[in-house]
Amino acid sequence: MTDATMTAAIARSEKEASERSPLTRAFIYAALVAVSFVMLYPLLWMIASSFKPDDEIFTSTSLLPHAFSADAYRRGWNGLSVGFGQMFFNSLVVCILVVIGNLISCSMAAYAFTRLRFKGRGFWFALMLGTLMMPQHAVLIPQYVLFLKLGWVNTIMPLVVPKFLAIDAFFVFLMVQFFRGIPRELDEAAVMDGCGPLRIFLKVILPLSTPVLATAAVFSFIWTWDDFFAPLIYLNDIEKYTAQLGLRTFVDATAQSDWSALFAMSTLTVLPVFILFVLFQRLLIEGIATTGMKR
Amino acid sequence: MASMGDTSPDVGRFARLQDQLAGYGFLAPWLIGFFVLTLGPAVASFYLSLTDYSGLNAPHWVGAENYLRIATDDERFWTAMNVTFTFVLLSVPLKLLFALGVAVALNKGLKGLSLFRAIFYLPSLVGGSVAIAVLWRQVFSGDGLLNQALNMLFGYEGPSWISNPSTSIYTLVLLAVWQFGSSMIIFLAGLRQIPKDMYEAASLDGASPARQFFKITLPLLTPVIFFNAVIITIDAFKAFTSAFIISDGTGGPIDSTLFYTLYLYQEAFTNFRFGYASALAWVLVVIIAFFTAMSFLSARYWVHYDD
Repeated sequence: MTDATMTAAIARSEKEASERSPLTRAFIYAALVAVSFVMLYPLLWMIASSFKPDDEIFTSTSLLPHAFSADAYRRGWNGLSVGFGQMFFNSLVVCILVVIGNLISCSMAAYAFTRLRFKGRGFWFALMLGTLMMPQHAVLIPQYVLFLKLGWVNTIMPLVVPKFLAIDAFFVFLMVQFFRGIPRELDEAAVMDGCGPLRIFLKVILPLSTPVLATAAVFSFIWTWDDFFAPLIYLNDIEKYTAQLGLRTFVDATAQSDWSALFAMSTLTVLPVFILFVLFQRLLIEGIATTGMKR
Repeated sequence: MASMGDTSPDVGRFARLQDQLAGYGFLAPWLIGFFVLTLGPAVASFYLSLTDYSGLNAPHWVGAENYLRIATDDERFWTAMNVTFTFVLLSVPLKLLFALGVAVALNKGLKGLSLFRAIFYLPSLVGGSVAIAVLWRQVFSGDGLLNQALNMLFGYEGPSWISNPSTSIYTLVLLAVWQFGSSMIIFLAGLRQIPKDMYEAASLDGASPARQFFKITLPLLTPVIFFNAVIITIDAFKAFTSAFIISDGTGGPIDSTLFYTLYLYQEAFTNFRFGYASALAWVLVVIIAFFTAMSFLSARYWVHYDD
């Protein structure tokens, strides 16, 4: 190959790598826009339909209501014997307690696994990784019996207490990954200053870990908010229902005769997740990318 | 550090004891959780699976009877297996394919990457909720959004996809595939780790983009494909909420959406057959463990690790 053809080849390949042909680009764009449109349409249509009268829901695919009305929100909010306000409040309480429990217990476990030297550390760490893979069904029934015997069924205790015992191995793993990246020199300097393990944890590790703590907090909140199975099993009285259980009960109560009210309440139960998503998008995406990659 | 501890044997022993105390102190919540909520219940549930426990009576030992009944005398178990495997075998490859395809398209350095990424990720964040299952129920009903759109665009009068036993499972597959976003993000992170100069060298050698994809992108991405496949498969076996809401907890029509987890739930919490449900749970654990083990064994032959 002569110098001239070589330079030409390099130039061509660089051009290809950086911009490709305009036609390919346009095609990829068009495909992405089409896929996004199809994916988002049902969601947007659900929101739009919550402002439509019922007959319009079944006759119009439009995203703009003909006769705009927010009355469905009023009907839905008070559509059950217990208002949705109470159930949203219940969900919020559970979510906040779960976030607190996960942050405290998982960061403690991750700190022990990454920074403290004690006999059996590797053994316990391997077991912790093993529980990552284990389906919850294997322990479901004895856990239920245990909580029943403790008199905790029909309270929020079974939803909250396990989180104070670092039961979500995923978050322990996430924090282990992050703590490993904190330079050890910082701990060692603190030891020189006479700090014990507790003070190093509180004064060095935790303040440097706000990104991973925030990621764990947001994921905990969203997953607990969306959880349906545990509240379904453990909560019996409608006054104690979470928003998800309330919505499910509302499906039965309306017997699918008031779709706009149903969509209004559906929209409201998705709203907190959507707000968190908008606020913490970057954090969530990075959280997923790092746990997925670093094994 | 070691020299400090070595100055006197007493100080060393004290430091070591302190290390043990600190280690187990910080690990205490996890340890209690592990024994009381994981190991203990796991052992207990295996024991219960060999009994006729109903939650009310004292458990009576029945040996392997529950397992025998599952294997030989339980039609709904086989229905549930059939439904679950159909769901897993369809939704997992489709989800992987979508996630990979979109990630590769997004990785071309297009403008608006972060917007697209956000749009594609959103469904996997909300998709497991009751609200979306409710929405799905309407969209795929006889006069739902899909049929309205089909009618408007093609004049086609569609059936009720949800209440037709031969199509209902596919609406659930679609709901799972709709949530491809989180796998896509893991793929994007993987794609970014492939060195750019490999592509430059390849195109210098005259390799077409398709050839580059199959010779560079795909082989280097196999560890990520493997990771995603395992995670998605385990998730698919555990799917519950969507089938529960769409079928009103029945698994209908005619058990066509009777996910394994839904059957397990019914046996445990509707029929109060705790012993039998424990056996069902262990069968599920074994199936998932088998699939995971098989993927790890097969990984040797197709997953490409760094040298």
